[in-house]
Amino acid sequence: MSKALNAPPTSAPSATTPTAFPAASPTTSPTASLDALSGGFADASFDSAHAFRTLLDVMARPGLIGRLMQAKAPAPASPSLATALLTLCDGTTPLFLAPSHATPALKDWIAFHMGAPLTADPAEAVFAVGSWDSLGGIERFAVGSDDYPDRSTTVLVETDWLANEGLRLTGPGIATSAFLNLPQSWLPALQSNHALYPQGVDCFFCCEEAIAALPRSTRVEAG
Amino acid sequence: MSALVREHYNFAYLDEHTKRMIRRALLKGVAIPGYQVPFASREMPMPYGWGTGGVQVSAACMVPEDRVKVIDQGADDTTNAISIRKFFERTAGVTVTERTKEATLIQTRHRIPEQPLSEDQILVYQVPIPEPLRFLEPRETETRKMHALSEYGLMHVKLYEDISQHGEIATSYAYPAEVNGRHVFDPSPIPKFDNPKLDNSPALQLFGAGREQRIYAVPPYTRVRSLDFEDYPFVAARAEHRCALCGSTHTYLDEVIIDDEGGRMFVCSDTDYCNEQQRANAEAERDAG
Repeated sequence: MSKALNAPPTSAPSATTPTAFPAASPTTSPTASLDALSGGFADASFDSAHAFRTLLDVMARPGLIGRLMQAKAPAPASPSLATALLTLCDGTTPLFLAPSHATPALKDWIAFHMGAPLTADPAEAVFAVGSWDSLGGIERFAVGSDDYPDRSTTVLVETDWLANEGLRLTGPGIATSAFLNLPQSWLPALQSNHALYPQGVDCFFCCEEAIAALPRSTRVEAG
Repeated sequence: MSALVREHYNFAYLDEHTKRMIRRALLKGVAIPGYQVPFASREMPMPYGWGTGGVQVSAACMVPEDRVKVIDQGADDTTNAISIRKFFERTAGVTVTERTKEATLIQTRHRIPEQPLSEDQILVYQVPIPEPLRFLEPRETETRKMHALSEYGLMHVKLYEDISQHGEIATSYAYPAEVNGRHVFDPSPIPKFDNPKLDNSPALQLFGAGREQRIYAVPPYTRVRSLDFEDYPFVAARAEHRCALCGSTHTYLDEVIIDDEGGRMFVCSDTDYCNEQQRANAEAERDAG
């Protein structure tokens, strides 16, 4: 299947949104455009099927660490983050890039591979990407409404390390308890997010090829 | 992978854009157990009521390595089950099986297999009416508000009326249950005999309603409590008979009319489980003899 068939539809252009092809962007250097064109799925339907199964698994079993490496995006995006974005995002999902990830190269890559409109409004984002500090607190994002708790942001947090130790997780998807090495300082935000249940945001944590999830249904405690 | 799959269909029939939309809904469903996530259900090459919702959910989470089993009221050999199995064989090139133990993805219409499920399995339910309150309150705006406020009094009144009319809770299938202490959901028209298997299951359970455009989920190890009253506790009822084929006394039985003189027999509705029991019985007999 040719790349052209997979090219996403062009999103509505705006001041902050580059159009689908990076060559149109004046900030793009020749090397950046090469980066932007490569790193997608080698075989879109099979790679996305495998990637989604991993995403579904980790979301259904909080604390489980899965591996995703089907896609590669320009730094600072890790392979697991790139793969998750490519599996879930398209022209219908406004994407919020925190300053840590709002690089021209990554914006070009996103524009070329998925055409997701970028938004500067966290409450409008369907997906948000960045390091924890750069995201500026998960409470800024959409938590859904009473009637539609699903209209919330899914936050993809780039982390330095993922291991099954540290904070204790309990709730749906966890037989007894699970552990994930998230910093203690994140605990209040994660706990108040859970307190909003059934509203709240759902998080993925990405580190190189590793990915774990923390849905709003999970209770988080100090380990 | 057969050449047919490569040439004529995108993997698992649906286009990538549709699969992404369904996948996003599935993740939301898993994050909010029992909450019905709206999704843009597509027309499928089969009529509504034949499992269009289940097929879309299965297609969105299927991988080429899956071994797929499809059951219709427990049976692997009904028209509906065979059609859907063939559909995925042709469009996804996956291996199909009738053995519950071997399957990694099981699509079901109205039963949960007797064989306990494992962590490596996904159970996909075909759902006709996802809203448990729909027959009590026809307006979507009202039922949505009732879910938002956890206002499930109407459902308890319905169960109470059952008791006052019949002396027991007469609801025998699609028995409402509360998921994760929050949302009351419709487990699809499975017999209430199967309700206890929903609770704390090691397998991921996904529900797809195509015509009604809803997806919901019960993650593994999630509390699913069938609604009841202290003085009228939930009972997982079954016909008090033995299976005429395998002799089982603990499975859910179908009543089959065998002649026009009132003759009838009771047999396991789960054909794979019944076959396995019969094989085990035959082996035991041979060993004894």
